[in-house]
Amino acid sequence: MPVIETRNLSYTYSPGTPFRKDAITDITFTAQKGDFIGIIGHTGSGKSTLVQHLNGLLRPTSGQVFVNGIDIWQQPKKIRSVRFKVGLVFQYPEHQLFEETAYKDIAFGPKNMGLNDDEIDKRVRLAAQFVGLREELLQKSPFELSGGEKRRVAIAGVMAMQPEVLILDEPTAGLDPRGRDMILQQILDYQKQNQTTVLLVSHNMEDIARSAKKVLVMNHGRIVMLDETAEVFSRAHELESIGLDVPAVTRIFMSLRKSGFNVGPNAYTVKQAYDRLLPLLKKGGGSNA
Amino acid sequence: MAIIKAESVRFHYDTDNEEGAAQSLMVLDNINLDIKTGEFVAVLGHNGSGKSTLAKHFNALLLPTGGQVLIDGKNTSDEHNKYEIRRMVGMVLQNPDNQLVSTIVEEDVAFGPENLGLEPDEIVRRVHDALSTVGMLDYREHAPHKLSGGQKQRVAIAGILAMQPDCLVLDEPTAMLDPQGRKEVLETISRLNRERGMTVVLITHYMDEAANADRVVVMEHGQIIMQGTPREVFSKVDKLRAAGLDVPQPTELCYDLLGQGIPLPEGILTVEECTTALLQILEENNAGN
Amino acid sequence: MLSGITIGQFFPGNSLLHRMDARIKLVLTFAYIAAVFIPRNWAGLAVAVGFLIFTILLSRLPAKLVLKSIKPILPIIIFTSALNIFYVTDGTPLFDWAFIHITTQGLTTAAFIAIRIISLIAGSSLLTYTTSPTTLTDALERLLSPLKAVRLNVHELAMMMTIALRFIPTLIEETDKIMSAQKARGADLESGSLMQRIRALIPILIPLFVSSFRRAYELATAMECRCYRGGEGRTRMKQMHMRAFDIVCIAVVVLMAAGLIVLNFVLPPVI
Repeated sequence: MPVIETRNLSYTYSPGTPFRKDAITDITFTAQKGDFIGIIGHTGSGKSTLVQHLNGLLRPTSGQVFVNGIDIWQQPKKIRSVRFKVGLVFQYPEHQLFEETAYKDIAFGPKNMGLNDDEIDKRVRLAAQFVGLREELLQKSPFELSGGEKRRVAIAGVMAMQPEVLILDEPTAGLDPRGRDMILQQILDYQKQNQTTVLLVSHNMEDIARSAKKVLVMNHGRIVMLDETAEVFSRAHELESIGLDVPAVTRIFMSLRKSGFNVGPNAYTVKQAYDRLLPLLKKGGGSNA
Repeated sequence: MAIIKAESVRFHYDTDNEEGAAQSLMVLDNINLDIKTGEFVAVLGHNGSGKSTLAKHFNALLLPTGGQVLIDGKNTSDEHNKYEIRRMVGMVLQNPDNQLVSTIVEEDVAFGPENLGLEPDEIVRRVHDALSTVGMLDYREHAPHKLSGGQKQRVAIAGILAMQPDCLVLDEPTAMLDPQGRKEVLETISRLNRERGMTVVLITHYMDEAANADRVVVMEHGQIIMQGTPREVFSKVDKLRAAGLDVPQPTELCYDLLGQGIPLPEGILTVEECTTALLQILEENNAGN
Repeated sequence: MLSGITIGQFFPGNSLLHRMDARIKLVLTFAYIAAVFIPRNWAGLAVAVGFLIFTILLSRLPAKLVLKSIKPILPIIIFTSALNIFYVTDGTPLFDWAFIHITTQGLTTAAFIAIRIISLIAGSSLLTYTTSPTTLTDALERLLSPLKAVRLNVHELAMMMTIALRFIPTLIEETDKIMSAQKARGADLESGSLMQRIRALIPILIPLFVSSFRRAYELATAMECRCYRGGEGRTRMKQMHMRAFDIVCIAVVVLMAAGLIVLNFVLPPVI
């Protein structure tokens, strides 16, 4: 049974007014336990609207969302419990920090779940460990931390709820490369260790290429592709036609192939490209297509 | 003639450490830098490397605690020069939302010229020019909050251009933008440099944004650790990685292959360059077979 | 969720009303609001409403837009009308049951006052619809400039208003976002006792304050970068000129007010 399933999900802003706008239309997809799905699409393509449906922050105009096979809007009064199963980290999550200490801020979610203090303590420490926050930082005010540390506190705050599905909306936006690599690696480790389903919304194709096993592409509020990462990036022309980039090495591979060289399937990370090109480039290793 | 001249610039904050003892935090450590009229200089560095602090010295927002900064020969530490320097060195900041003052685009662009006490006719002319230069003339009566991030940032640039500065300093202008917005802003910047001969100092942590620059300056720990043409600098991949910078995929791929004895040129920057270089070797190999 | 508020919104255009001197427009709007309270008879009220319809036509804005401005204050109109219907008990009784007495006079008063309130709101929204907020504060700044003599810093006040207007939509959006983010962490904003609900606001208000201060700091830096140094030596892009049309407008409003006063003497009052 899929952890998350949507059926014909549609959402319209300000229905029945001149400002009416279809944000997402007829979205049907499933995510299985342990999936790592990248969600891409240009600004306004409906990515954020979609993910806000998965934890019940938005109520669909039509269609359904199932978490573990149960329609989340079957009992609207219990919608809050869905948010503990499907954790959502918003863009620039450090802007939502409010507690006196980083520890208390991470504990906010678990506390709302009604857990006992021991359990909360255990979860806060575990989450802090995942995002690499040192013990002594936990007792500091979140406002005294550096930008990257704040971001990690905010992400830990959602991880501490130990959701079955973790959704991150642009978790690396605005960070420098070092901070970006660190957070991305932590998310990967977390996913591996807990077999959590992760949905990663990002503009950064190289982040997606490095982490996601599957990619969901949105355009004008609809799903236009949902496939293995390599398959999606092999449709580079289609991606470019809807205003999306493909990783630079993918473009290199496409050009090489166009020039008649059999370089094998598309690479989308530097490592893949390196492994595939090296034997071809070594003297005598070249082969014609 | 150097429009910006930094001579042994030092800058430190005095703060209290955890035990309450006074300590001095060195942010800029003996910076010497000349920027020539018409030059496009990219300053790279990770967060906390001192690059933004350096930028703020160029228009007297911060004053050096040692050494001096001369703008067209005028010392920034001289209070009398302050407003003239701020007009000459226009500064665009990171967050497009927080630098627009007015509720109407054209009135916002007029803010700078109004502060300069210009005649109304002259202001109207400059606002028109500035908005058409950044391609936002059609939006002159729009409300800033309804524009996209890239559009807002272009309005912010127009607001600076309307003061007719001699030099444009942009402090991570694309850090908060999506790929489309980044593209818009970067195109605007390099067009200003190419077509109008505007001196540009671009502070960024994206290496690919520095590819169009005449000169790249890399900072770490408040010092300049490297400078040169983009090609010279980007050929030192190890040093850049150590400085916490992100190396573009083509550069990284070629560097790694070069390390295995593949005879590729150094300092490859773009997909096109990389493809051409790879094709040449593949073809030679074929011919040899 | 919090968007869709239209009061105070500006609709760019190029009509006579849009191009009027904002200072005159502001003063005449106040004059009109005062004038709406003059009539005591239907003829006078008809003149006031007629004048309003004429200005709406002049503005070339869709009448629907002006009507929409009434919507948010509809409850107030209904409430005052109800009060008038039930409390004014002079005149011919129409309906009598228990404590409810409805009379002709009650209905007349209710209708009269409802029309008054509607004209007043429609008139003032016409001002904001046809004048950009910045121009409006600008006009206010110029009108109040004599107060500089008593050391009131009119420029700073106007600047504050401009910035507030600029950032209201941004902060509304931000509040929305913070609320969603805290809800995603299981914050319960919808249930519980009053105390619990107030406490539930803390996770929203603190981030909002923090971000407002951050924005304020960055905006101040940006303003410094753009050579802002207070009102001293500052010029404005948009000049305000009184033109023939503005003078005609003043004359028309004065004449209308005089006419309304005369009508009060000539015709018997209905309220």
